[in-house]
Amino acid sequence: MATKVMMEALSPTMEEGRLAKWLKNEGDTVANGDVLAEVETDKAIMELVARGDGVLRKRLIGEDTTAPVGQLIGVIAGKDEDISAMLGGAGTAPSEPAASASAPAAAAAAAPAAVAPTPAPAAPAAPAAAAAGAVTDGGRVKASPLARRMASEQGVALSQVQGSGPGGRVIRRDVEAAAASGVASTAAPVSAAAAPAPADTRAAERPAAKSGGKPAAIPVAPGMAIDGDARDVPLTQMRKTIARRLAESIGPVPTFYLTAEIDMTAVAALREQMAASGDAFKVSVNDVVMKAVAMALAKHPECNAHWLGDTIRYHARVHLGMAVATDDGLIVPVIRDADRKGLGAIGREARELAGRARERKLKPEEYTGSTFSVSNLGMFGIDQFTAIINPPEAAILAVGATETKPVWDGTQFLPAPRMRVTLSCDHRVIDGAVGARFLQTVRHLLEHPYLMLY
Amino acid sequence: MPVITYREALNQALREEMQRDDRVFLMGEEVAVYQGAYKVSKGLLQEFGEQRVVDTPITELGFAGVGVGAAMVGLRPVIEFMTWNFALLAIDQVVNAAAKMLYMTGGQFNMPMVFRGPNGAALQLAAQHSQAWESWLAHIPGLKVVVPGTPYDAKGLLKAAIRDDNPVCFLEGEMLYNTKGEVPDEEYVIPIGKADLKREGDHVTLITHGKMVLVALQAADQLAKDGIRCDVLDLRTVRPMDVDAIAESVRKTNRAVVVEEGWELCGVGAQVVDYVQRTCFDHLDAPVLRVHQADVPMPYAKNLEKAAKPDVPKTIAAVRQVLYLDR
Repeated sequence: MATKVMMEALSPTMEEGRLAKWLKNEGDTVANGDVLAEVETDKAIMELVARGDGVLRKRLIGEDTTAPVGQLIGVIAGKDEDISAMLGGAGTAPSEPAASASAPAAAAAAAPAAVAPTPAPAAPAAPAAAAAGAVTDGGRVKASPLARRMASEQGVALSQVQGSGPGGRVIRRDVEAAAASGVASTAAPVSAAAAPAPADTRAAERPAAKSGGKPAAIPVAPGMAIDGDARDVPLTQMRKTIARRLAESIGPVPTFYLTAEIDMTAVAALREQMAASGDAFKVSVNDVVMKAVAMALAKHPECNAHWLGDTIRYHARVHLGMAVATDDGLIVPVIRDADRKGLGAIGREARELAGRARERKLKPEEYTGSTFSVSNLGMFGIDQFTAIINPPEAAILAVGATETKPVWDGTQFLPAPRMRVTLSCDHRVIDGAVGARFLQTVRHLLEHPYLMLY
Repeated sequence: MPVITYREALNQALREEMQRDDRVFLMGEEVAVYQGAYKVSKGLLQEFGEQRVVDTPITELGFAGVGVGAAMVGLRPVIEFMTWNFALLAIDQVVNAAAKMLYMTGGQFNMPMVFRGPNGAALQLAAQHSQAWESWLAHIPGLKVVVPGTPYDAKGLLKAAIRDDNPVCFLEGEMLYNTKGEVPDEEYVIPIGKADLKREGDHVTLITHGKMVLVALQAADQLAKDGIRCDVLDLRTVRPMDVDAIAESVRKTNRAVVVEEGWELCGVGAQVVDYVQRTCFDHLDAPVLRVHQADVPMPYAKNLEKAAKPDVPKTIAAVRQVLYLDR
C-alpha cells in the first residue's frame, strides 16, 4: 500500500514549507514515524516523518525548494509497487534518468487525462461551478484555464483545491488529484450514477457543482482543540451585528484600547524582599505582571477567549502567550496554566522559552494554543504602546516601563514607581466595560500583590 | 534514402525547377562564376548558362527591382541575397513593389518570384550580420515567408516557392547549410503554410521554425531522458501560419513554449502566443513561455553572443517552468 508524502502543516500558520534537507534517499527503506526530511516552516525547522512503511520511492522536490502545504513531495511504497497513479501527470516527471523505470508508466497513466474529456462541443462549462469556486475568502482562486474547465466539468470546487502552481495556482494535476480523492467534490457519486447515460452529463454536473462550493471550515490549530475545559457559545444575533458592524468600521479585527497606570510600589517592595531571601527568589517585573494577568484572566474568562467567526470560545484554562523578539521576528511561546503556577515557575519557564525561541528551537506546541498574550517593551524604556492582537485571541496586554513619577497623595506629591499597561481588545468579543473590569483586576493584583498568594 | 546537406537540397530544388520551367532564373551577387557565396548555386551556371544564372553588381535594391520587373513580364526570378542582412537595402522593392503589386494593379500582375538567402546569426558575425528577419517580413500582407529547418523541408519548400505565383521570402540558415538529412530521390513538393510535427509527445508543445528546429529537437531529446515528452512543431512557414496545427498540439499537451531566433518584441512567437491564447484558452494549464534572442544587438564577443542566443538550456528551462517542475 503506497503512502503519499505531503508537505504537512507543521505549524498552525504554515502555508508553505521549504524542504531544507532530505534525510532519506530514494530507495531507502522507511518505517512509519521515521524522519524523512527537515522542513523549514514560518517559525522553525521541523521534522517531516513518514506516515507509512515501505521504500521511499520518489522524492518529488529537491532541497531548498518551497512547496505549499498539501503538495505531494514524495511517495513511499513497496519496492516494486506500481506508483504511477500517485505520480500522475507530467508535473511529476522524474528528474533523474535512473528513476525513469517508473516514469513511462506514470506518464502513460496520465496521458488519457491530458486530453481532458470534452463530452460535447456544445456543452457549456457548468457556470454554477465556476461561480461557486471562483471566490474564496473574498479573493479570487488562481487557476489555469484548463484547471478551471476540468473542475467545472468534473464538479470539483476550485475553492477547495490546494493549488500547487506558482502563487498557489490550481493546475491540472491539482484538479486531477482532487477529483481522484473525492475530497474536494461531492460530484463523484453523482457522476457515477450518470455514467450509464453520458449524454446527460450536463444535468448531472450542475447540482454536484453547486454543493461542492461550500467554503472550507475554519482550520483549528493544534492546541486549540476544544476539550472539557472550554465551552463554545454560539453568537447571538446582537453579538453578530456588533461583530459585523464594528469589523466594517475598522477592519478585520475591530480593536479598541484601554490604558491604565498602575502603582508599582508594592511590586517593587515585593521584589526587593524576595531578592533579599536569596538569588533563587529573584523575580522580574514581567514575571509578576504575567502572574497577575493570568490570575485576572481566571477571574474574567470573558477576556480569555478566541474569536472563531461564528462562535466565541471561552477558555477555562489560562495559557498565557508571551511575545518574544528574535532575530527573525516575533514569536509567542506559551506558558500553560499560568494562573496555577507560582511566580518562580512562571519566571523560570518564561526565561527558558524565550531562550529557545531566540534559537528557533521551539516546538509548535510551545508556541500555539495561547488564550491571551502579553507583550512587554518596558525593558526598552517604552512608556506605553498598543500591541496588535494575535488572532484568534480576543485581547493582548502591552506593558510599558516602570518609571518613578510624582503622585498626588491628597496632601502632597510623592515619588512613586508607575507602570502603564494598554489592553487591546477585539470588540467583537470584549466590550469596553468588560475590558475595563479585567484591567481593574490586573491593577488591583499588582497594587496588592499579596492577593496573588490567595 | 540518400542523406544530403541542406545546401545540396537547395541546389537540387533550383536545378529541378530550372529544368522544369525555363522561365525560372537565378540572379544575385556571386551566384554564377563563384557558384554562390555558400555554393548553393554550384554547377548551375555550367548547366543553364549566363542568361539564367546572372551575376549582379553589389546593388541589392537594383537587382531586386530587376526581379520585380521580370516577374511582371512573366518570368519567375529567384533573387539571391548574399544574406538577408543585405536585403535591408532592397526592402523597398520587397515590401512596396513585390508584396503590393497584385493588389495595387487590381490583380493585373502576379509576382511569381522568390527572394532567398541565409538568415539569422552564424558565429561572431557581429550585430549587423546576425539578424533574423522573419518577423519583419511576416508582418507584410502580400508576402509569404518560408523558414525551413531541414534539408528535406528546404528542398520541398523551395520548389513550392518557385512555383508560387506570389512573392515568397525564403529564409535559409547559414548554420544549416552543412547539416544533413534524408532527401528522397523522387520529386516532392511541400505545400507552403503547413507545419510539420517533428517529434511527438504529450507533455508540452515546442513551437519553432528555421534553425531553432534543431535546438528544439535537442532540447526534446534531453528532456526525454527525464521522462518529459515534447511535441516539436516546426512551423516551416511563418506566413501563412499553420494555426490549426498549433491548436491541435496545444490542446493535446496544454502547455507551450515558442522558440525562435529573433528578438522578443513583436516576434513570431508573439503571434503564436496570440493564436494560442485565442484558440486554446480553456486548454492551457500554464502561461505560454518564449525563448528568443536577448533584447540587444548581437554581441561580437563569443561569450556574450552565446549568452544572447536562444539555446538548448534556455529551452529546457522554459519547458520545465511550464510543467511546473521548477519555480
